Amino acid sequence: MQNILAIWQREMKSYFVSPIAYVVLTVFLFLSGLFFFGNLTELVQYTMTQAQMGQEIQPIDVPGYVTQALFRTDSVILLFIIPMLTMGLFAEEKKRGTIELLLTTPVGNFQAMIGKYLAGLTFLVILFLSSGITISPLFVYGQPDWRPILSGYLGLFLFGAALLALGLFISTLTENQIVAVMLTFGASLVLWLTSVFSTSTTGIAREVVDYLSVTSHLNDFIKGVIDTSHIIYYVTFAFVGLFLAYRSLESMRWKG
Amino acid sequence: MIEVEHVSKVFSGRKAVDDISFKVEKGEVLGFLGPNGAGKTTTMRILTCYMPSTEGTARIAGYDVFEQSLEVRKRIGYLPENPPLYPEMAVDSYLHFVAKIKGASSNKRKNQVDEVMDRCSLGDVRKRIIGRLSKGYKQRVGLAQALLNDPEVLILDEPTIGLDPKQINEVRTLIKGLAANHTVILSTHILPEVSMTCNRVVIINKGRVVAMDTPEGLARQMKGAERISLIVDGPVEEVREKLLAIDGVLSVQAETSDNGATAYTVECELNRDLRRALASVVVSQGWGLLELKGVSMSLEDVFINLVTQE
Repeated sequence: MQNILAIWQREMKSYFVSPIAYVVLTVFLFLSGLFFFGNLTELVQYTMTQAQMGQEIQPIDVPGYVTQALFRTDSVILLFIIPMLTMGLFAEEKKRGTIELLLTTPVGNFQAMIGKYLAGLTFLVILFLSSGITISPLFVYGQPDWRPILSGYLGLFLFGAALLALGLFISTLTENQIVAVMLTFGASLVLWLTSVFSTSTTGIAREVVDYLSVTSHLNDFIKGVIDTSHIIYYVTFAFVGLFLAYRSLESMRWKG
Repeated sequence: MIEVEHVSKVFSGRKAVDDISFKVEKGEVLGFLGPNGAGKTTTMRILTCYMPSTEGTARIAGYDVFEQSLEVRKRIGYLPENPPLYPEMAVDSYLHFVAKIKGASSNKRKNQVDEVMDRCSLGDVRKRIIGRLSKGYKQRVGLAQALLNDPEVLILDEPTIGLDPKQINEVRTLIKGLAANHTVILSTHILPEVSMTCNRVVIINKGRVVAMDTPEGLARQMKGAERISLIVDGPVEEVREKLLAIDGVLSVQAETSDNGATAYTVECELNRDLRRALASVVVSQGWGLLELKGVSMSLEDVFINLVTQE
């Protein structure tokens, strides 16, 4: 436990000592804020044109509409950001030779990996907490239902946790951070796009392809529905990623 | 303390280490000597559980490095060829981190870190960022890291590389001081280092052990003949002939001449001190004997001899 904590602590420090944490936080908040603003103005213009045309204005769940749109954009931004968080986890240790320290001290591969994974998860939580700034006006100017917002965040967290595990695995494969970031990004993008491919297939194939997509499982969470099958999907995804990462670390000792 | 039995390591068809066996007793300092690419680092990596051997077994303090790797890792301090440093960390927080992952309990940690910083004279840079330190300091931080949590066995891969002469001396004294309660294996290119710090030397070349002995023993073993060097003021050919005629002289080589005086290297049969005979011959001929001294073979000669014999 002390080992996991030590690794976690070092990893958190290295996020915040280097510019990575600040750059990632800034870019994330800027982009999600920009899209949030865009969605809100679009909504306002829509109601205005309807009013001008003399149509009766349909009641709209404004907070629901904008938060759902926000969570969708956030999930896309996460696809770009998570590879940056995971690229260094093992690739950098290999490059600097510090992996030799980790593997020759009583820290097991497993503990090193869990410590690093937890650091990634912690950073995600920090990211989500700071994105509260973006949606805070909704609470200032209205009484949005907080439950779908919470389930949306839960969905994003699980989604992020799955991609982090994938990135962690890829980071064990190389000592080059650019390679790690590109491979993770490419793999995440494929898993995201499968939902697009699924529309061109039918029957079982469509269901399978749809099931594999990382984003299709997110929709229910965003709508405020917590479905255990989606939780199982993400948790399994994360476990497979961590398992592969662990095997890859073990095999590193053999290859030298 | 350390037992290595028939260890081999194959990297994609190339044998980096080929059937190496040696033992190190508790409290010994073993020097690992060999040219670049001889397999020193690979052997050390096998001993530190960083990579398994292809064949053979190695035990540290009775624990197998492969089967009981965790027990081994608890007992070793390892300084790899490139010190494993995190450049963005401060020296003291790095050492605290290493103490933690080596399993030092929280109440002992501070003392341990202070102690190794003291031993490696890092007090002045404790708050500095590692990435901005000079090579010598980085090397010492690496050494300090290996000493943390007082391991029984220290495995040091070229511990004095990148240090200035004063620091090299300090580190050698440090290693000698450690020898009392620790078992040390260190690798080096620097030959005097071995004779200064080690009780025993293993010379390896192309993955094989080519010699293993005390530094003095090695020098003695390699000596097939005694050598005497002398400088004589006289006609070169005549001097050679007269010297060769002395009983026990195997060969005479004239080397450099300067103002009529020529330097000769005389090889004589082993265990026969011919210095008196040489001197009296030169003097009786009326030549000027300017210098005469016995030449002992340095460890360097031994090393080059062994490595080039292969």
